[in-house]
Amino acid sequence: MTEPQITLYRLQACPFCERVVRTLDRFGLEYRSRYVEPMHSERNVVKRVSGARSVPAIVDRETGVTMSESANIVEYLEGTYGDAATDGGRAADAEGGA
Amino acid sequence: MGAAQPTRKEVPEMVDFDVVDLPEADHVEEGDTAPDFTRPLVNAEYWEDSALDDAVDEPTLLLFHPMDGAFQATYLYNAVDEHGWADDLQVLGLSISSPYAHKRLLAERGEGVRIFSDPGAGVVEEYGLDHDIDGMTGITETRPAVFLLDGDRTVDYAWVASEHPEFPDAEEIDDAIDRLVD
Repeated sequence: MTEPQITLYRLQACPFCERVVRTLDRFGLEYRSRYVEPMHSERNVVKRVSGARSVPAIVDRETGVTMSESANIVEYLEGTYGDAATDGGRAADAEGGA
Repeated sequence: MGAAQPTRKEVPEMVDFDVVDLPEADHVEEGDTAPDFTRPLVNAEYWEDSALDDAVDEPTLLLFHPMDGAFQATYLYNAVDEHGWADDLQVLGLSISSPYAHKRLLAERGEGVRIFSDPGAGVVEEYGLDHDIDGMTGITETRPAVFLLDGDRTVDYAWVASEHPEFPDAEEIDDAIDRLVD
């Protein structure tokens, strides 16, 4: 198995995480899910990776980017892999900045 | 589905407990290639889907055990820790318990071990280890079983419980590990 490009740290049934998953799927990005516990104190691995215990958090091995907060992540993914990355940002503007 | 019903052993009078013979089972044996599967694999910090084939590229002790919380599981991980098996080689467990239960187990014992979660018992059935527990309708359990695998998933040593309850022989596992890893 080849390592997926993106690692997503997530919680089961976390709507912010689902939002990131939708965006990953929209751009056809390969990812693996690492599930952590609801308790913040149980999320040391996320803290080590991203500097914070919040999820979702992603690690993108292609770009070396690590990021938390779903809004930031979605914006990053759209800017890097969406139409906006190749057409100068017109598509993202047309969507109202999603 | 549905394992054959175990038969109650003839117990001599004066013995006040029952050990149950489990029926013959067509389970994975020495010399077989351990069947590949993908299930959530839980470590002390998180879980993610993992194929056995991806996890096994070195000698590995694969332990099937009853649900987390059953004393058979507790004793097994006590043995893992006491004998330092996870220092000698990769140790992977598997039970029908949820990833959350595995995380609680690993917080207390099984240092360095990772555990597959197989709540639907599909892997348990594929390995020929399924059996029913009287009074827990709808739950398919695994027999306790130990498989020592080389890096190609070939089974170098196998032990499968033939009675209920029955525990693996830690000294025998020690010897098998020494033979494979040295």
